[in-house]
Amino acid sequence: MTTVARSERLRGLVGRPELTALAGAIAVFLFFVVTAGDSGFLTSQGTVNYLEVAAQLGIIAVFVTLLMIAGEFDLSVGSMLGAAGVIVAYTATELAWPLWAALLIAIVASALVGLLNGYLVIRTGLPSFIVTLAALFILRGATIALTRLATDGSTQVGGVDAATQGDPLRGLLAGEVFGVPAAVFWWLALTAFATVVLAKTRFGNWIFGVGGDPQAARKLGVPVARVKIALFVLTAVSAALVASIGVLDNGAADVQQGQLKEFQAITASVIGGTLLTGGFGTAVGTAFGALIFGMVSQGLFFTGVDADWFQAFLGGMLLAAVLVNRYVQRRAREVR
Amino acid sequence: MTEAGPARRAIVELREIRKSFGHVTAVNGVTLHVYPGQVTCLVGDNGAGKSTLIQILAGVHRPDGGELAVDGEPATFRAPRDALERGISTVFQDLAMIPLISIVRNFFLGREPSRSVGPLKLVDWREAARIAAEQMTRIGIDVRDLSQPVGTLSGGERQSVAIARAIHFGARVLVLDEPTSALGLKEAGRVLEHIRNARDHGIGIVFISHNLTHAWEVGDRFVVLNRGTSYGEFERDRLTKEELRAMMEGRSR
Repeated sequence: MTTVARSERLRGLVGRPELTALAGAIAVFLFFVVTAGDSGFLTSQGTVNYLEVAAQLGIIAVFVTLLMIAGEFDLSVGSMLGAAGVIVAYTATELAWPLWAALLIAIVASALVGLLNGYLVIRTGLPSFIVTLAALFILRGATIALTRLATDGSTQVGGVDAATQGDPLRGLLAGEVFGVPAAVFWWLALTAFATVVLAKTRFGNWIFGVGGDPQAARKLGVPVARVKIALFVLTAVSAALVASIGVLDNGAADVQQGQLKEFQAITASVIGGTLLTGGFGTAVGTAFGALIFGMVSQGLFFTGVDADWFQAFLGGMLLAAVLVNRYVQRRAREVR
Repeated sequence: MTEAGPARRAIVELREIRKSFGHVTAVNGVTLHVYPGQVTCLVGDNGAGKSTLIQILAGVHRPDGGELAVDGEPATFRAPRDALERGISTVFQDLAMIPLISIVRNFFLGREPSRSVGPLKLVDWREAARIAAEQMTRIGIDVRDLSQPVGTLSGGERQSVAIARAIHFGARVLVLDEPTSALGLKEAGRVLEHIRNARDHGIGIVFISHNLTHAWEVGDRFVVLNRGTSYGEFERDRLTKEELRAMMEGRSR
């Protein structure tokens, strides 16, 4: 094989990881059409169900992807989601704050957590995997303990519906257009936004540079620390957004909300072609990763297979995706 | 662009530079001049003090003694940025290139041409690619598709892109750290050609090498280091290749 042909092929693979994820999404869709097509998977309700699950994961996953491209992980997003949900519900009900103030305080709190995550990672030089793993436990533990303290031992905060009835902000987060929940539009819009950022902006180029080789990026004048910290903040705020949507949808917050979201978000990113080693990935690929997640989680129900198999199924998809990614990466190194 | 010749003012001048790390004297009294449109070769074996001297030029280290002058005026580089601002650009051996992103993205990384749209700074990558291609053509680099990842380029091609990048961003002095050492014969020849092209565009070049043939092929003046001390600074017409070889091998002139 000539070098030219090889680099052409490499470019095809490296340039379009989302195509692999798209192919995966189509395969999963067809699988459920065949096995569960006549039992409700294809109905509009079935479609909305899996789109909503995909959206609630996809909103967080797209920012987790940006962070992973920049070479960092955030394992605290699931706990952040739980904490932010309780903050919104508690301030809106027990403290009777207006919804906008409840949302604002959740956003500010999550931004501070993201800031702290980023600052600690930069300052200590520890892997973000460890720093945010610590944050995962600290946030979850504090959320449970403080919620129990504030509510006389309850792990849920309800009554959000009554407290926020008629608030115009509700529609923005928990409304529907033609039966499609707002979360789906947030997901699509944020995916489009992240795509533009990566493809067309300075900041996007810095994200790739920072994740590809932080030393080289620093030498070229890229503000490495600022880029990473900004992404930690955005990721944490995205968890607060999903938390707010969830609380308004369910009318209540639960301290256990968001468990495993951190790993699901990484899973969606990796299925979508993002490299665990940083420097490479796309927002659209991650959206397909989240879509696959949504279809599998809802589709199994329609096939009549015990939904307990869901995680096993997902694990298999993840492994397959990683193997494809590694193949791509090897080819990248091989060329000369 | 002016005539070649030592009569002009040096862009950069190092006089009797000294630098120690603890008890180890890395550089002891080295003098070196960089003129526009000339290649100054800094040659010597491993451990001769070449990299310390480069890092002083690049603003990474500050000398303990001696003087550094830019355009005839004393200068102090506190950080690499200071050197860059005076137009002294160093291409280190690792080249500061990111393999997984495209040539054009690498070319402009950290200095992307952009226009603000709301909070976003949008980059027109097609226009950027056109500018980069133009710059590369100017110093004789064969431009292929700039949207391919740098990882697909050979070592020599990466070196060439790094040189073009430095020149594009206003380098008046280009410090090249062993640019040909890891390359095959053909590739090294091509990089030397780019160095000559850059020189012909009036750029002053500091070419670090331990390869006598490569140095002799492009050098206008030579500074030979041996264990931190200098054999002196020689203009090309006052030196033979044999004399240079003798000094590089540690025998005196």
